[in-house]
Amino acid sequence: MNVITLPASLDERYFEPIVQSLDAAPGGRLLFDATHIRWADPYGMVGLLALGEVARRRSERAVLKLPDSADVVSYMGRMGFFEHAEPIFELHGSRPRPRSDGVSDVLLEITPINSHADVHTVVDLVNRRGLNILTSQLNYPMREAFQFSVILSEVCQNIIEHAESSGWVATQTYSWTKKIGRKVVVIAVMDLGIGFRASLAGAHAARYDHWDDGAALEAAFMHGQTRFHDPGRGQGIQQIRKYVARWGGRISIRSGTARIMDVPAWDEGVPLEKDLPYLPGAQIGIVLPALVDTNATQPAAATGKAGR
Amino acid sequence: MHSSGNVIPFSFDLQTLVQRSVASLYSHLVTRPTGRALRLGIESQIGEIGSVCLSVLDFTQVVVLDYSCADEAVAKLIQRYQMADRPADAYFVARGLREQHRDPIDEVLNRHGLVLVAEVEGGFTLLGRADPLEHDAWHALQRVRLGRADDVAVELNVAAPGVVAALERLAARRVVLRRGTADSFCSLTTLLPARSA
Repeated sequence: MNVITLPASLDERYFEPIVQSLDAAPGGRLLFDATHIRWADPYGMVGLLALGEVARRRSERAVLKLPDSADVVSYMGRMGFFEHAEPIFELHGSRPRPRSDGVSDVLLEITPINSHADVHTVVDLVNRRGLNILTSQLNYPMREAFQFSVILSEVCQNIIEHAESSGWVATQTYSWTKKIGRKVVVIAVMDLGIGFRASLAGAHAARYDHWDDGAALEAAFMHGQTRFHDPGRGQGIQQIRKYVARWGGRISIRSGTARIMDVPAWDEGVPLEKDLPYLPGAQIGIVLPALVDTNATQPAAATGKAGR
Repeated sequence: MHSSGNVIPFSFDLQTLVQRSVASLYSHLVTRPTGRALRLGIESQIGEIGSVCLSVLDFTQVVVLDYSCADEAVAKLIQRYQMADRPADAYFVARGLREQHRDPIDEVLNRHGLVLVAEVEGGFTLLGRADPLEHDAWHALQRVRLGRADDVAVELNVAAPGVVAALERLAARRVVLRRGTADSFCSLTTLLPARSA
């Protein structure tokens, strides 16, 4: 069995090496060794589901050896990871029993997106749970907090309208004390559908000298192009980018063999990467930092542990 | 041409319509199918009136409005009734908008080159794409309420011909009402029923 050892931090920064390992793995059954994970965020967990599904389609269900850390396993349980991992992986290791009191500290656990009705579910849940978190912990004015739901709605609809496949969404808040000294909210939305290149090819490929994943991402991300001949279409990603920029956040979209992102001052990402290992569909990561409370003498939430 | 006296004010509570159209499932105006259902419901009710009407799109109970739903429910509705072959003679005013609704509606209207009279946070404004003189003429007519283009030009302190042309464009885009055959215009908001507290 081929082993892919997962890093201590299961998040967007360390996602690409895992994709490379999967790409380089020879045929046959895979084992994802998660025993060393000490930290996982929505991007990492949803990404792991996506990679497991790719492995399953390639050969058979991969084995996932669960983290040694009881805290991490507990957190992944609260995020709903195992429920969605069951059909994808053969799980090895002990799992926590679900909490029976229904109480959760999670902003939005891993949620499948199969239809527009699921988008309504996401918006309802986030409005019920998230407004207080966004306003009190991340200092967003109420009207901006509502726009967070709009972002989630538009990014989830992207799956239904363009992927021709189902996907997952998850979001949670954390303290990024070392990196930017503030709390952040992390959103991950992923699918394993046709991807941007295939989605836009019919309407746009002929106008490009070289149509590839990078060109398709630039067309959608930078120019708001879509497969529909309707000026009302294609604004979802543009509006998301506008909000993310206003709030000093980061957005990245990986599709096929390329990744494009808006890089804020606090980050060191690359605006456009090409020739990455192929991964079907689209993987979207959004990080929104807390707004700086100008009335406070310290940066908001500058101390404390991870908000999970 | 229609005199204001023939216009039937007609109010749509968007929340009620959504619940009726989408089986009472959703409390937020998100996704394109929701917007389409909403638009079809509104079109159906306008069709039942069978006369020129002023349709009030009431957003008072709406919390979240996304761009996709705004495009389907608002932009495509306005667009349909601006066409020469519109199914009925309807004018639209959006009421009860809060700041979080302004951007989605303004954006989708701009994308289609449309305009809409809207009450945002209690004050009436013109959302969408209009040139500066059209904006000024519309706001001046709001103050005058009902008057000739000359009155609006005096209010703006600019030459009358430009104002006449601007008001005629606004009338063609159905955000002001032209009264009879005279060079006289009426703001849509003067036709609104008084709002209960």
